[in-house]
Amino acid sequence: MKAPFEQIVHDYGLNVLRVCRAVLDEHRAQDAWSETFLSALKAYPKLADDANVLAWLVRIAHRKAIDELRRQRPEVSWEQLPEEAEETSDPAQSAVDNLQLWQQVGLLPEKQRLVVAYRYLGGLDYAQIAQILCGSEAAARRAASDGIRKLRAMNLNNEYFQELS
Amino acid sequence: MNSQTKKAAPTQEESAALDRLREQLVAEAAKHELVDISYRIVDSPIGRLLLAGTEAGLVRVAFETEGHEHILEVLAEKISPRILKNPRNFDRVAYQLEQYFDGTLHDFDLPLDLQLSTAFRRQVQLELGNIGYGQTRSYLQVAEHIGKPKAVRAVGSACATNPLPIVLPCHRVLRSDGSLGGYLGGLDVKTTLLRLENPSFAGSEQRLF
Repeated sequence: MKAPFEQIVHDYGLNVLRVCRAVLDEHRAQDAWSETFLSALKAYPKLADDANVLAWLVRIAHRKAIDELRRQRPEVSWEQLPEEAEETSDPAQSAVDNLQLWQQVGLLPEKQRLVVAYRYLGGLDYAQIAQILCGSEAAARRAASDGIRKLRAMNLNNEYFQELS
Repeated sequence: MNSQTKKAAPTQEESAALDRLREQLVAEAAKHELVDISYRIVDSPIGRLLLAGTEAGLVRVAFETEGHEHILEVLAEKISPRILKNPRNFDRVAYQLEQYFDGTLHDFDLPLDLQLSTAFRRQVQLELGNIGYGQTRSYLQVAEHIGKPKAVRAVGSACATNPLPIVLPCHRVLRSDGSLGGYLGGLDVKTTLLRLENPSFAGSEQRLF
């Protein structure tokens, strides 16, 4: 039995937003989010009942993002990064921290950026990522660990990346 | 496998962005005719009501006690899973319901979609609309009205499965002895509606046994 699509948007809207933001600049990330859910809504009745909905959505988001990337490289640059975070814990500050996170992921080389985004922001496993990127699971794993090492080198200390083996 | 990445709560900024994006999605989806059912939840004196509609009209009114999420799942299964919440829809329905609960509206005038009902039940449910405000009929009388006096039980199940309660007033149908019979929203709600329409209604005190 299939959930009402509203439930899908509710459950996975955030994952898809984070993936889009990591891969694209803000404006195009929002476009990609909209196009992803619009395409998904269109195809939803034909989706298999036992499909992994998140993997399916990230796959669609990936195609939208690749379309955008082929048109133009992302417009993220060091100059656009927010200023250093102050030592506060108010919610607005954590939003800035996250924004910084997305933008730093956006600075990684393309393959690392996609793998890190799909793994840590989209919540896919390496087998699913390998399928989306038409590569091997081992290569996806390697790209992720290279990417994470680079993010660490950017002094990034974020809970989203605590999973590492 | 860690799931904290999936569960990480949205920041305020992300919540705000998602709200905007959802709103745009609903508008875009409607423009491309990709929404088969939209819905909205409104407050009422008898609890929150789910209003769901197709292009053809109102397809379901559900009481809170029925479980709105469950009802949406049923609609996904029976009609289409292309379901989106759209609080901007159903202004006319919401307005008429508000007037009804104020006691100023006696007859609903809305496009209805009875695709959830079989032909016979549809006939019964539409017949309910002919029972005047503040009036009641017995299940037998309804059966007689549609020319099937022996179909009393079937009339009972048609009332029990009315997808559009309040709008199609199945609450105006009682047992022949004047006792309440059943009601999807609960007998308290049935009594409340009957008293709203007719303050001297005392049916709830009468019982079969």
